[in-house]
Amino acid sequence: MSADVRFMKGNEAIAEAAIRAGLQGYFGYPITPQSEIVEYLAIEEPKHDYVLLQAESEVASANMVYGGAAAGARVMTSTSSPGFSLMQEGVSYIACAQLPCLFVNVARGGPGLGTIQASQGDYFQAVKGGGHGDYRLIVLAPNSVQEMVDYCILGFELADQYRTPALVLTDGSIGQMMEKVVLPPPIAYKPNKPWATTGKPQDRERNAITSLYIESEEMEAVNNELQAKYKAISENEVRYEGYNLDDAEVVLVAYGVTSRVCRKVVDLGRDNGMKVGLLRPQTLWPYPTAAISELADESRVKLFMSVEMSAGQMVEDVRLAVEGRKPVHFYGRTGGIIPTPEEIINAIKAQL
Amino acid sequence: MLQEMVFAGFGGQGVLSMGKLLAYAAMKEGREISWMPSYGPEMRGGTANCVVNISDERIASPVGSMFDVAVVLNLPSLHKFESVVKPGGVLIWESSTIKEPPTRTDINVHALPAIEKASNELKNVKVMNMLVLGALVGIMDIVKKESLIVALEDTLPKRHHKLIPLNEKAIELGMSLVSSGA
Repeated sequence: MSADVRFMKGNEAIAEAAIRAGLQGYFGYPITPQSEIVEYLAIEEPKHDYVLLQAESEVASANMVYGGAAAGARVMTSTSSPGFSLMQEGVSYIACAQLPCLFVNVARGGPGLGTIQASQGDYFQAVKGGGHGDYRLIVLAPNSVQEMVDYCILGFELADQYRTPALVLTDGSIGQMMEKVVLPPPIAYKPNKPWATTGKPQDRERNAITSLYIESEEMEAVNNELQAKYKAISENEVRYEGYNLDDAEVVLVAYGVTSRVCRKVVDLGRDNGMKVGLLRPQTLWPYPTAAISELADESRVKLFMSVEMSAGQMVEDVRLAVEGRKPVHFYGRTGGIIPTPEEIINAIKAQL
Repeated sequence: MLQEMVFAGFGGQGVLSMGKLLAYAAMKEGREISWMPSYGPEMRGGTANCVVNISDERIASPVGSMFDVAVVLNLPSLHKFESVVKPGGVLIWESSTIKEPPTRTDINVHALPAIEKASNELKNVKVMNMLVLGALVGIMDIVKKESLIVALEDTLPKRHHKLIPLNEKAIELGMSLVSSGA
């Protein structure tokens, strides 16, 4: 069979990928710039078996995801920044209840109701916990329409593997842009979830899903279980991509659409005799701390620069990895503006 | 080789679909592509634009600040994009409605009375964007005309396929206008 090659928007691609991953339930509320996801799923819904429900709010969407995941179904929701803020209570509950599901945040500029243009200002919320309590999300950061497909499927798989919610953190530019994408064949999803609340048969005890543990000892035991899981994820699931790092003196760190711009900065810089390289985290949590730390030990590396569409968020994780061994600089734009290669080159020059 | 292009005009003039069709045609010819639309306040009533990159290699940035080609169909777009065409690049401007011609002399400027030609010769101003696309591929040889037709066949819903011959005529008219030095 020849490859299924399409020309798609990022939002359409992630919706199609979810269907091919065996989606069983989508619960969402429209918000720009991600509405094509629910639109696409609504158009396709009659041809497939999944449940599609437009919730009355993002608060409800997140809790419907909780319910669907507790019943053992492959479920997801998608939203954009202000909507993801509304979901945080549900996200924390789902993390505590250890339910696999997928969240998608096609981020826009904030704070507040903000702008509908692309932004990376939700990094803290995604990786440091936007909700309460000691929990983590597996956070995947695509930088192309193809990776919207790949990371949607990966997100579902990792969520199942670790019984934990995963988040695809992308932004309006990747949601709206169109690129060539190769779609994988649909999989026949056969969940293996003996813990799911599917009704009590004669041969096992009742399954219960909760995030309420009144007894301190019990709550601490749950926390220990979560932390052990997060440790395993940190050890096994770090993903990143390097570009021209082997002899780099200037190491750019960028994710998502900014990493695409930085790839061009590396090429432009090298045309002008600057030894620039790029480290692109593909997972924002777990973070490629060890890879950055190794680079900080290289004597040839003069400085790091985190480039973001934020006022400086991921740069804190770069600093934690570098631990003061090298200068860590920051360049960013906010408000929905994507920095140009030229302004990033100038920012590097200003530090050399 | 990487070609960075921007298409801009009023919402409704078909600038987004023009870029989309060109990108799709290039994809069909085996090239790497990206299409990035403006989807902000512009699109809600003002000017719209899209950036199209076509390359033989993996495309780094889907956005850019300087372009090899700018196609502008209204005056605000001319004001916005004339200055960001790379020296030696191409600027196509809609000369039947824009009354202030571009002033740069270090780029290849092509005046194209696309709206007038589409209205008078094709009796359908809606295919003006296809006429412009024809002119662009006539000047630049980015994709083959046949690939654009394939792109129309693949992307237009079946119920609109009866319009393909008209679109093809518009593309051909655009090509002939630039070859005759219009």
